[in-house]
Amino acid sequence: MSVMTYRQALRDALRSEMHRNADVFLMGEEIGLFDGAYKITAGLLDEFGEKRVRDTAIAEEGFTGAAIGAAMLGLRPVVEIMTINFSLLALDQIVNHAAKIYGMFGGQARVPLVIRTPGGGGQQLGATHSQNIELFYAFVPGMKVVAPSTPADAKAMMLAAIRDDDPVLFLENLSLYNTTGEVPDEDIPAEIGKAAVTRRGADITLIGYSRMAYVAARVAEELAESDGLDIEVIDLRSLRPLDRKTVVESVKKTHAAVVLEDDWLTYGIGAEIAATISDGGFDYLDAPVRRVAMAEVPMPYSKPLETAALPSADDVIGAIRQTLDAVGRRTLMENKS
Amino acid sequence: MATRQRTTVMPPNSGAHRGKPFTAETEYPVGTGAETDTVAGERAVDFYRQMVFIRRFEERAARAYTQALIGGYCHLNLGEEAAVVGLMAALRPTDYLFTNYREHGYALTRGIEPERVMAELFGRSDGVSKGWGGSMHMFDLEKRMLGGYGIVGGQIPLATGAALAIDYRGVDEIVMCTMGDGTTNIGAFHESLNIAALWSLPIVYVVINNRLGMATTVDKSSAEPELYKRASSYRMEAERVDGIDPVAVFEGAQRAAAVARAGKPFLLEVMTERLRGHSVVDPGKYRGAEAIALTKERDPLVTFAAHLVDNGLLTETEITVINDDAINRATAAAAFAEASPFPHVSTLFDYTYATPVANDSHRLPGQPLFEPAPFLQSEVTR
Repeated sequence: MSVMTYRQALRDALRSEMHRNADVFLMGEEIGLFDGAYKITAGLLDEFGEKRVRDTAIAEEGFTGAAIGAAMLGLRPVVEIMTINFSLLALDQIVNHAAKIYGMFGGQARVPLVIRTPGGGGQQLGATHSQNIELFYAFVPGMKVVAPSTPADAKAMMLAAIRDDDPVLFLENLSLYNTTGEVPDEDIPAEIGKAAVTRRGADITLIGYSRMAYVAARVAEELAESDGLDIEVIDLRSLRPLDRKTVVESVKKTHAAVVLEDDWLTYGIGAEIAATISDGGFDYLDAPVRRVAMAEVPMPYSKPLETAALPSADDVIGAIRQTLDAVGRRTLMENKS
Repeated sequence: MATRQRTTVMPPNSGAHRGKPFTAETEYPVGTGAETDTVAGERAVDFYRQMVFIRRFEERAARAYTQALIGGYCHLNLGEEAAVVGLMAALRPTDYLFTNYREHGYALTRGIEPERVMAELFGRSDGVSKGWGGSMHMFDLEKRMLGGYGIVGGQIPLATGAALAIDYRGVDEIVMCTMGDGTTNIGAFHESLNIAALWSLPIVYVVINNRLGMATTVDKSSAEPELYKRASSYRMEAERVDGIDPVAVFEGAQRAAAVARAGKPFLLEVMTERLRGHSVVDPGKYRGAEAIALTKERDPLVTFAAHLVDNGLLTETEITVINDDAINRATAAAAFAEASPFPHVSTLFDYTYATPVANDSHRLPGQPLFEPAPFLQSEVTR
């Protein structure tokens, strides 16, 4: 085990896979000479050369599509799209091509492609650079979408994504890059499609992914100390496929849930989680499932407005207290009758 | 044959074009053949045979469509037979082809069995894409036909990436990527040509210019209607050839392929005709009588047959035999397709992912996410 940042864990995984397999190469804007806009690929150009660390033109549709085509011939490209906002320029290639090629040709062509891209807000980047639109990709069968929240998962899931024969959208997060954690020294790939119960508890279930799984873990710790609450935390880790079973099994035990997401609430990923709990856990619930999500506005630039729009730890704590309050009142009513 | 040769080759990096606008009446000097293989008589007859087969196959497909044996969209290569045959003849078996949704002729000429092409149109399990693709999405790895694509321009970045993979591995192969005239207005076209030129990728982009994107003419959709000239923005060599002459197309494609094999991209524009509507269901009423008459005059089957007869390479009797043979093969393909079983519904979830993954949904519409809770189950069973 070594303690390292989320950024370092990603870089280590990329480097390790490039050493392991000569078919693995990197493509993206400013990933070589500039070391990557967020320095994930720092030093890799020097180590592997221009053939395997390719700076591209600003042409998301062109270079993402080229990566898909190269993957069809058996290479294993890892594309960096500078932020998930710019992935919209490659939407046709990702949704209409990468996600379809295996199916629409009857299983004859595989697309072993990884698209790395950070989402996030809170950096005062304004309306077009602060979005969390992973839902667009998680909606599409044929895509795999992973969203690690810890350095250990960042490494393990990157190893898994590169070795996978399907297109994987690998969601990173701007505010997680500098977070630290213990990471195994060995290369052990994660299993895509599985959530993790990152903290066991009996009182209520918190469900999140990416930055909001990180927030959930912090809030659970805080409330354990301050209120003695016993909170269970689920890190979804994979948005497609979605591990519904782990979510429902937890709610069956805790009888209450709050879903945390950085995207917009209406039609968001939390809506799918709430619907899942309704389907599999309806008879076990003691309170409605609450969702904590971003305010439904284009992200403003000004700091107080941006802070107000983003879900915070305090917003989560408020939702937990209100949910537990609803559970308490219900229990009280049932005891009276 | 009125027209036999190319209009121009743009010298690398010159930015200059010596081409002139193509019209059906323009007569171009016959090439010397010095820079390419010449096409011997036997090969010309073989070209004709392949062209006739595409025509009869497409006509048989159109009939099957009206009989509701084929669903969805169905775009035919009618009028483009010379272009298809000439282009495919310039490829080696180890080269890759990416094309669009007007692709049946390419699949056939690339060497895929007509039975499997027709079975794909019929949505049957013996289809070239096992019934998952249909008219627009045929794929055969062995024949290196890496797909027909339905989104206009979608194949261009993919083909460019295939050329990148060839370059990455340093193998002696090229990619050919065909598209329609309307496709040259889409961003993916320009992004891809830029990438291919920057990285010196071994790819031939082919614009099949029938002057119509559905009903919209090239003049109305392209600020530079001489489409091959668009390559000059990327300092890419380009050329325009007459697409009703399979020999002219073949020779142009050979020149283009030679450039690609030397590690440079090339843009080849092939002037063709669309004899019918955009797809089977389009009567094409938006075209004037004059345009239709001109198109009919440039039917490649008619003009090339006349050329072969004039040059003593074929007799009318032999033409009849070739035609009857093509009809018989198309009929046999349709019979095979109709007898082929539909894919079984149990295979519905077979091709979502290549690498099996935990929690992949295999749920049919209406099925619940979870079984009802045990205490509810017991009430039901009571």
